[in-house]
Amino acid sequence: MTNILVYALHYEGAFNKNSLGAVSEAARLAAEIGGEAHALVLGSKAELTDELCGTLGTYGATTVHRAEGPEGLSQPVVDAMAKVISDGGHGYALFGGGLLGFEIGAGLVARLDAGVTMEVTAVNARDGKLVAERPILQDSSISDVEYRSSVGVIIGRLNAFEIVERGSGAAAVVDVDYELSEWSTKATMVQRGEQRGADVNIEDADILIAGGRGLGKAEGFEALEALAGSLGGAVAATRAVVDAGWYSYSAQIGQTGKTVAPKLYLAAGISGAIQHKVGMQSSENIVAINKDSNAPIFEFSDLGIVGDLNKIVPKLTEAVKAKKGS
Amino acid sequence: MKICVLVKEVPDAAVEKRIDPSTGRMDRSGEKNLNPFDTHAIEAAMQLKEGGELEVDEVVAVTMGPDSALRALHKAVSLGADRSVHLSDEALAGSDVNGTGYALAQALATEAPDLVLLGQQSDDGECYTIGAVVADHLRAPSLTQVIKIDVEDGRLRCERQAEYGYDTVLVELPAVISVGDAINEPRYPSLKAIMGAKKKPLAKVAAGDVGIAPDRVGYDNARAHCGAFHDPPAKSAGQIIEDEDTNETVEKIVAWLDERKLI
Ligand SMILES: Cc1cc2nc3c(=O)[nH]c(=O)nc-3n(C[C@H](O)[C@H](O)[C@H](O)COP(=O)(O)OP(=O)(O)OC[C@H]3O[C@@H](n4cnc5c(N)ncnc54)[C@H](O)[C@@H]3O)c2cc1C
Ligand SMILES: Nc1ncnc2c1ncn2[C@@H]1O[C@H](COP(=O)(O)O)[C@@H](O)[C@H]1O
Repeated sequence: MTNILVYALHYEGAFNKNSLGAVSEAARLAAEIGGEAHALVLGSKAELTDELCGTLGTYGATTVHRAEGPEGLSQPVVDAMAKVISDGGHGYALFGGGLLGFEIGAGLVARLDAGVTMEVTAVNARDGKLVAERPILQDSSISDVEYRSSVGVIIGRLNAFEIVERGSGAAAVVDVDYELSEWSTKATMVQRGEQRGADVNIEDADILIAGGRGLGKAEGFEALEALAGSLGGAVAATRAVVDAGWYSYSAQIGQTGKTVAPKLYLAAGISGAIQHKVGMQSSENIVAINKDSNAPIFEFSDLGIVGDLNKIVPKLTEAVKAKKGS
Repeated sequence: MKICVLVKEVPDAAVEKRIDPSTGRMDRSGEKNLNPFDTHAIEAAMQLKEGGELEVDEVVAVTMGPDSALRALHKAVSLGADRSVHLSDEALAGSDVNGTGYALAQALATEAPDLVLLGQQSDDGECYTIGAVVADHLRAPSLTQVIKIDVEDGRLRCERQAEYGYDTVLVELPAVISVGDAINEPRYPSLKAIMGAKKKPLAKVAAGDVGIAPDRVGYDNARAHCGAFHDPPAKSAGQIIEDEDTNETVEKIVAWLDERKLI
């Protein structure tokens, strides 16, 4: 019997969607390898009520291990998960896409001498073991990764695992008796989840005009706003330009931003890094403008324009206006 | 105090990376360069040294890799590192994240730095994990993807974007911090620094020198084993327009959008 332990991230009273996907996936896989899916949550007990934790049963977790500890940091979770795995003999630790999962998974690699696979897009059960599919080299090839360690760490790609309600009732909640390692207490959260820039709504837009570092400067977004205005859409951004302070975090698409699937996603000056792609690849129509013909974004766009956005975008705005006026 | 910066040699971005079908490993022949993400880590170290709020005595570049990785160290030194350490051993070839993180931690433990800085990702491996693996081995606090570091009472006040927005975290030293590429604009090395790079001290160390257990590293001891490679589901290639006459290009885009009722 091989059990799977999933880290379920929560924030302000709700579980992260990617964590729910991971719990669902663990339940599916556990059934195939003859084990159970368990979840680990960490935070304040006041917030992590029996009721909230129990809801993970809906997605197939049979037991929820609840640890008290500081939220939003990875190393306390490593301590708690390592304890639960050592006591319970879990064969795998599974994470949904995001950022903390990478850090926690990596910590477990060191702590438990485990093998790890990241950016996993699918997991298959084979002879009672799990095999992780990991796309490599800009998604041009997929590698099947097998584990040769008593614990295998699987870090999913954003949105890789589907949320499935299995309706198996509430999960049992047990408190974890663990100790924070000394170094886990040496990082302290000062402020969490700060929203930088204006709060904009991009999720309801049918058309998104997204900009990246190729815009050259914050003012570059003005031309995109004009184009979005002409098409009746909203403006989105990459992490690179949000980190640079050029645009609002609330408009960021990708691994640590939003996931969208509009009718049209027009990307201007965006290279198409995996962490951006995972947040927009389900868009119905993808158009990319990039001056580098080798940019990865052309690998997954429906219409690619190799050229300078500074020349193309203003003219495109005029042409759209003219078309609409006609 | 001492800052160690982890640097890696990667295939040049302009070179197409591929898997060697006969070995199942990445083909690492061809033009190579210092991982561009690591130049941000070196720059961060230099800014801490020059900022004067921490008394930084030296910045040491550390790499694990074959002989050719020397060039990445020369580049790191030309960007400001005072000396470098080259962990190189046939026994390390083909190590996975588990083995690489362990081996690097062993090399770092010998140096006993107050701060380890590294890049957000390697351009070829793209694992995003080495920092956190190294940190746990070194029993140090760690944070990845940091885009701002301020010194506050001998501690580091770090900012980074996580899944719900920006987090600010205070980290005590010694620590392991991976920096995002938005943290700084790396400087260009001066001609003098490039010329002088080969004269800076460089220590070549073998696995045994830093107490690396042979059964924890190398291809045969990888805890995660890359098996079969297969192609992703085929996706029909999109249409490409080379912009020569912008008026014409724009006309084509509008027609394309119109056909799909997007205007
Ligand atoms: C853990 C982690 C999480 C991340 N989360 C996210 C996330 O949520 N969202 C996200 O977007 N990224 C995320 N990233 C960052 C991601 O890896 C990329 O660095 C980022 O998406 C790059 O943004 P960009 O395309 O704007 O910039 P670049 O990669 O620098 O691309 C700029 C592009 O503009 C083109 N260009 C330049 N000038 C012009 C011009 N005049 N005309 C036309 N084209 C031009 C260039 O050819 C280039 O392709 C994350 C990374 C990590 C490691
Ligand atoms: N072989 C190596 N030698 C030195 N540093 C490395 C090595 N591999 C990875 N790193 C460091 O770890 C960072 C993250 O790499 P990765 O986890 O592979 O994406 C890189 O930017 C480097 O700073």
